[in-house]
Amino acid sequence: MTGDAIKAAVERPPGDQSFEELPDAPPRQRLKLSWAGKISVGIIVFWVLMALTGSFIAPYHEAEFIEEDLQGNYYLDPSFLPPSAQTWLGTDYLGRDIFSRVLWGARTTLGIAFAATLLAYLIGITLGITAAVAGGWTDMVLSRLDDAILSIPTIMLALIIIAAFGSSIPLLIVLAGLVYAAGIFRIARALGQDIMVQDFVEAARARGEGLWWIITREILPNAVMPIATDFGLRLIFIILFISTLSFLGLGVQPPTADWGSMVRENLQGLGNGFSGGAIASLAPAAAIGSLTIAINLIVDDVSAHAGGSLAKKMI
Amino acid sequence: MSALLEVRDLWVSASKDDGTTQPIVKGVNFEVKPSEVVALIGESGSGKTTIALSALAFTKPGLEFTGGEVTLQGSDVLTMPRQEQRKLRGQRVAYLAQSAAATFNPAIKIGEQVTESSVLHGILTQEEADRRAESLYRALELPDPERLGRRYPHQVSGGQLQRLMAAMALCGKPDLLVLDEPTTALDVTTQIEVLKAIKEVIREEGSAAIYVTHDLAVVAQIADHIVVLYNGAIQEQGPADQIINRPTHPYTRRLMAAVRPPPAAGEDAEADTSGQQSIPALEAKNISAGYRIASGGKPLALVLKDINVAVKRGQVVGMIGESGCGKSTLARVFAGLLPAMGGEIALDGQTLAPSLKERSREELRKVQIVFQMADTALNPRQRVGDIVGRPAQFYLGLKGAAKRKRVAELLQMVELPAEFAYRYPQELSGGQKQRVNLARALAADPEVLLCDEVTSALDTIVGANIIELLKSLRRDLQVSFVFISHDLSTVASFADEIVVLYAGRVVEQGPVNQVLSPPYHPYTRLLITSVPELRVGWLEDSMTTREAAAGIARAVEISAIGCPFSRRCPLSIEGTCDSELPPIRTPSPGHQIACHRSLGEI
Repeated sequence: MTGDAIKAAVERPPGDQSFEELPDAPPRQRLKLSWAGKISVGIIVFWVLMALTGSFIAPYHEAEFIEEDLQGNYYLDPSFLPPSAQTWLGTDYLGRDIFSRVLWGARTTLGIAFAATLLAYLIGITLGITAAVAGGWTDMVLSRLDDAILSIPTIMLALIIIAAFGSSIPLLIVLAGLVYAAGIFRIARALGQDIMVQDFVEAARARGEGLWWIITREILPNAVMPIATDFGLRLIFIILFISTLSFLGLGVQPPTADWGSMVRENLQGLGNGFSGGAIASLAPAAAIGSLTIAINLIVDDVSAHAGGSLAKKMI
Repeated sequence: MSALLEVRDLWVSASKDDGTTQPIVKGVNFEVKPSEVVALIGESGSGKTTIALSALAFTKPGLEFTGGEVTLQGSDVLTMPRQEQRKLRGQRVAYLAQSAAATFNPAIKIGEQVTESSVLHGILTQEEADRRAESLYRALELPDPERLGRRYPHQVSGGQLQRLMAAMALCGKPDLLVLDEPTTALDVTTQIEVLKAIKEVIREEGSAAIYVTHDLAVVAQIADHIVVLYNGAIQEQGPADQIINRPTHPYTRRLMAAVRPPPAAGEDAEADTSGQQSIPALEAKNISAGYRIASGGKPLALVLKDINVAVKRGQVVGMIGESGCGKSTLARVFAGLLPAMGGEIALDGQTLAPSLKERSREELRKVQIVFQMADTALNPRQRVGDIVGRPAQFYLGLKGAAKRKRVAELLQMVELPAEFAYRYPQELSGGQKQRVNLARALAADPEVLLCDEVTSALDTIVGANIIELLKSLRRDLQVSFVFISHDLSTVASFADEIVVLYAGRVVEQGPVNQVLSPPYHPYTRLLITSVPELRVGWLEDSMTTREAAAGIARAVEISAIGCPFSRRCPLSIEGTCDSELPPIRTPSPGHQIACHRSLGEI
């Protein structure tokens, strides 16, 4: 090969556009939902609407006892009534309208669970990324604290704290948020460490960027998506956690309706069959189930979308 | 002679989300005869790997066979039942992937992995397979064949791992071997060693092979028959000798032109001597650096020792050496990412603080680093406009419309359309990403650009285009470059001066013409003779003539005493080279060679 040949190769005439570099990156594709995903979006939108408006459109108040039927006759025993035109889903063990309580419960359950999950992510990601970026002693202290929280049985921790402060909804949110932040901290720290060693972070450091820019612009946008893929799972754990506390009498205090405690308090009706109160615990259970499954189906679609573009890169 | 593998009118399509399909492979015909090596050559995206994988009746996810047939010894592998296809893979057709490091499971011993598939398929018993593996290790010239199988993958070098992968593929005595760029990721010196081993073992075993690569020079060494691909279709095919020496198709010629030329002196006519006397733009004085700093302040692993390099204004200094020699570390020391342990860095004659934290923003602006892997150097969550615009804002305070205008200028400078500002990095091809990577460094309006292996991860043609771009930037902007590469011919085509690094020391430096012409440092000679030439038979010639043949495949050791190269050097003097630092010899002004041998001897 002579020098002339190389020159000829690099100094092609400008008009010579043949044999251009082949594109290997297709245009980015928008997220497309599967039919299950679309239904899921509908379900979530429905429950969020109910959480916002349920207390206004419900036929009864969450604490109201059904004492008489539509004709004005008093019930001998209003508990575990079968579905009727008056009480669409029947009544619970104390004779309260299940349909109304499910609608009221949407506000309590979704409110607490979303607030607590968001709080958990906020704390977990902030501290996790801080630990990853700062390293050294900061990392050591934060990680050991995290280990300590993870090592205490959550129910025990909750018992002590509720015993000390008394149960209230804000306390439940903070408690669930803190307990579940510990797990998120782990993931966020590992992801942060992974991203820290990427060349684009090194490029930002070489440019002389401050820590704030590196964390908020370079690391966080790349960490949030992978962490958020288990949002659905954590939300469910938190609903279950609150329900467990409610069952022990430490969670949402009666007569406030909350799906988890409704399942628990109406368990005895389950053996009576559909005419005698099974719906009282199945209805809130179905509400929890539909919400969690819907969230997970959407998460599936989102990660499949990310995976799909990954697969395309390999072609 | 009937063909072993016949590919007839093969079509492979990618299905898109909107239900339509896009053909990736468009009606390809070729055949592989028994014990013949057929090379598929083309750029990335040309469909060469897809075609090679069709011999295993396999497609990557998202692709499907839409037409044609692939027959292996008379039976169509595409329409075979799944069970049959399973038997085919690993038994009759074996696949050798590009990255051995990614292929081996780090938790399982080598021997077990090499023999796994042939034992699993019931071709050999475990004992037979172990014996066969051992004989293959011997044939592939691997060290310590008796005990090699009991080691773990991390206990052998990259080149050895690559050869072990060949052993893995050959263990079950396949009829056909599919090799997918098996030497692309390796250093030149390691590449030769692997190429030679693979070639010999294929000849001994008499197996046929499909060799996928973008490197024509490599193909010339190993193939009997060459198939040139572009955009999923065959441009030209024929015997290796004919394609290499008398290519007819314009695309083949274009590929040939982009191939690494053998490094030679006398090409560099534009060497600029006007800047000789002035203060260097960037200078390293007695730099030592290392990693893992112990509490006492001494590095546990010293990577660079007593480096003196000066980059003159508007000039290009090429840094060259095998991986692990400290080239990238030097770039990091220049940029302040890794503070030097000793010595100092001067910018325009002014001493720079070792750590970037203590450098002023203006000092940081003047030295910009371009990272090797554009894939990871660009934040996937930022648009090109933000990536390129940030340095302009950070260093020069540009905002709003001024910043957008600057981004458009920069994109134009690197020959990308202005609309690319709205794209994300994953929407760009490899070469385009590298251009954005460059544009980001240029956005700071730097005086010195540190280019770390900027073309190594790219195809020949794409890489040649990037070099061409760098040349025009250098002409237009009067920027100085530190150009780091393990590829001597790329450096030779671009640099004014070359610094040869070995084990963290400078063994030779000087103007390109003088470094690339005798007298050579023995290590420089090894590097030069290791670059494959674009002619059939070069490999054999070089193996017989290379005096350094005995020295290849030895691990680089960073020793405090003696000449670092003494253990691999064919001219090593017992008792001198391994105990005393070599003197610096100057055959001509500006040209330095560190060697105990006199200039006449080398």
